[in-house]
Amino acid sequence: MNVAPKPQKPSKKGARPLDLKKGRVDMSHGAGGRSMAQLIEDVFVETFDNELLNREHDAAMFRLPEGRVVMSTDSFVISPLFFPGGNIGSLAVHGTVNDVAMAGAKPYYLTAGFIIEEGFPLSDLAEIVTSMAAAAKEAGVSIVTGDTKVVERGHGDGIFINTAGVGVVRDGVNVCGDLAKPGDKILVNGTLGDHGVAVMSKRENLSFTTEILSDSQSLNGLVQDMLDAVPDMHVLRDPTRGGLAATLNEIAHQSGVGVELFEKELPIRTEVKSACELLGLDPLYVANEGKLIAICPADKADELLAAMRAHPKGKDAAIVGEVLEDSRCFVRMKTQLGGTRMVDWLAGEQLPRIC
Amino acid sequence: MKYIEEFRDAELAQGLSVAIKAEADPERTYRFMEFCGGHTHALARYGVEDLLPGNVRMIHGPGCPVCVLPVGKVDEAVALATQEDVILCTYADLMRVPGTKYESLIKARSKGADVRMVYSTMDALNIAQENPDREVVFFAIGFETTTPPTAVAIKQAQAMGLKNFSVYCNHVLTPAAMRAILGAHTPEGAPNVILDGFVGPAHVSAVIGTQPYEEFTDDYKKPVVIAGFEPLDVMQSILQLIRQTNEGRAQVENEYARAVTPSGNVKAQDLVAEVFELRDEFSWRGLGSVPLSALQIREEFAQFDAEKRFSVDVPEPKENKLCECGAILRGEKTPMDCTLFGTSCTPDNPMGACMVSSEGACAAHWTYGRFRSEAEAELEAAV
Repeated sequence: MNVAPKPQKPSKKGARPLDLKKGRVDMSHGAGGRSMAQLIEDVFVETFDNELLNREHDAAMFRLPEGRVVMSTDSFVISPLFFPGGNIGSLAVHGTVNDVAMAGAKPYYLTAGFIIEEGFPLSDLAEIVTSMAAAAKEAGVSIVTGDTKVVERGHGDGIFINTAGVGVVRDGVNVCGDLAKPGDKILVNGTLGDHGVAVMSKRENLSFTTEILSDSQSLNGLVQDMLDAVPDMHVLRDPTRGGLAATLNEIAHQSGVGVELFEKELPIRTEVKSACELLGLDPLYVANEGKLIAICPADKADELLAAMRAHPKGKDAAIVGEVLEDSRCFVRMKTQLGGTRMVDWLAGEQLPRIC
Repeated sequence: MKYIEEFRDAELAQGLSVAIKAEADPERTYRFMEFCGGHTHALARYGVEDLLPGNVRMIHGPGCPVCVLPVGKVDEAVALATQEDVILCTYADLMRVPGTKYESLIKARSKGADVRMVYSTMDALNIAQENPDREVVFFAIGFETTTPPTAVAIKQAQAMGLKNFSVYCNHVLTPAAMRAILGAHTPEGAPNVILDGFVGPAHVSAVIGTQPYEEFTDDYKKPVVIAGFEPLDVMQSILQLIRQTNEGRAQVENEYARAVTPSGNVKAQDLVAEVFELRDEFSWRGLGSVPLSALQIREEFAQFDAEKRFSVDVPEPKENKLCECGAILRGEKTPMDCTLFGTSCTPDNPMGACMVSSEGACAAHWTYGRFRSEAEAELEAAV
């Protein structure tokens, strides 16, 4: 995302203004002194700009609407920091918003913790923070408190971000990974593997060109529409690291059921298939950052599919499989060719530092 | 995905399935070995075995580069990687192969060794250029497919005058391994593996052509059908093998004509011949010492030969005695015959090499097919 940093204005703290074009983060920006206060005020408070954060307490205080409160946290160490379709900042917002949304909750507030390596360009930091603000605004959440640490050169890799989020689940909604029942249908909201392939295409030792953009996006709006249509969905989960395969194996184990996928129903872009073919990867194991798996009773599947397709973030939604009775908790797939195979847990690491 | 999806077409697969069932004689069993791990993987990943009748048995061959590397070689790779100043580069699969005491390159890396996973020999050359103060060793493995790129790297290193690049050569030869499988006999003189024919290698054959397989049809009377790595390729080749078997023929047939010619890639062959020469013998996991079955770097390129530049002294290698990789690689046993399979040996914690690579027979069966054997076992237990 190419968002220009806001124009600079003189700092209230009396120090020289931050040079957001050529400046770099140094140890003083994490030392608790004036430089740190300046960085927080000029970059974070200025950009995230909301009433709770602007009070500059160490903690944010707020009330939440009635309902069960959901809380989640996630750390982001992706390499490279900027990738087609997003950067570590937008990803850090989308990731936690989606984790909260996958509990069936409406997310309200996020925290943001930054671990920055000495020498990191302030322009990159500003761009990342601007993307976070844009992503939060689009998702309808506020970043209300945060933390900044600076580590010596060589002790980090540019920047790591942690976000945590809180949200509220409305009454009557009960989604959890252990609620899949034999007979249920399995849906996804769109094409699989886009994020992993987009990130891979920018890795130093894997130079190939692709038009694929990461699917990194917040899913809370889509989830609310889905819950409006089918409040008794059983499972919601975002298939991030390890892709669809890993997430379905987790659900199968949690619920004590088997899963059968239909290969010919899986939405996968030709470019993603081709890149995977080239690299010897299986798109079922490639990471997503804007996709969800929904499991619902069979008689509600068409209704849910229609609700998903009516939302811009679900227009390529499809019913891709069903839940079976299987005490071994196997995930298997009817292949396009007409045979059957297992879709097992991922062994080892398909691609490190994907999120 | 043009020219790929066509070879995964469901309707054509059904047609081939019907033809195979119609032509296979129900009164007999057919035992075909797919030599290449690529074929093993295709059979499992696309569920091809579901489309074959029960009396057509596929026996998984040793054509998986990391699987056939003996434990001693893995130990040598680890020893090289832990030498000061060395950056060891290799292909990804080798990283997790366990050596003696389950030491592997990935474990060595976690203890501080500089091991780099590369996608091509060119990556290793780049690393050598970028690190002039370090010794960059490319640990070369693989059959005839990966040999020409290694030859190119050595030639390029010579042209660039690189002083810090060398190759630890473990390149092996397909026909020699096929010969070893067919020549292996029990002490009583019976063949170890009873085979009716081979699904011949795809990419290897694109390099070496179809002619090297004629010794198997002429001397051993085993049909060979060279096949591509797509599921329809494999099914078509099985149909052709059934026909040859039924007619009592033994010929080299080329199903993979879109890539393989009778004489192969002569330019690549010349390049390989320029840089490499035959080794007197090479020790294979599973097959033991096989004469004239591997390549070594010619004297003219000795400065790029890591075997000559480094002294690597490793203790007597030890394999787990229960590990059946050897018998599985020879086609004598199946993964299900191994007591370690799925108990202490899984892809997450491999004890033998066949469980490491996705082309290995054990990993393929564990990852894609074990629901089938477990279902059979449950049925048997119920009876």
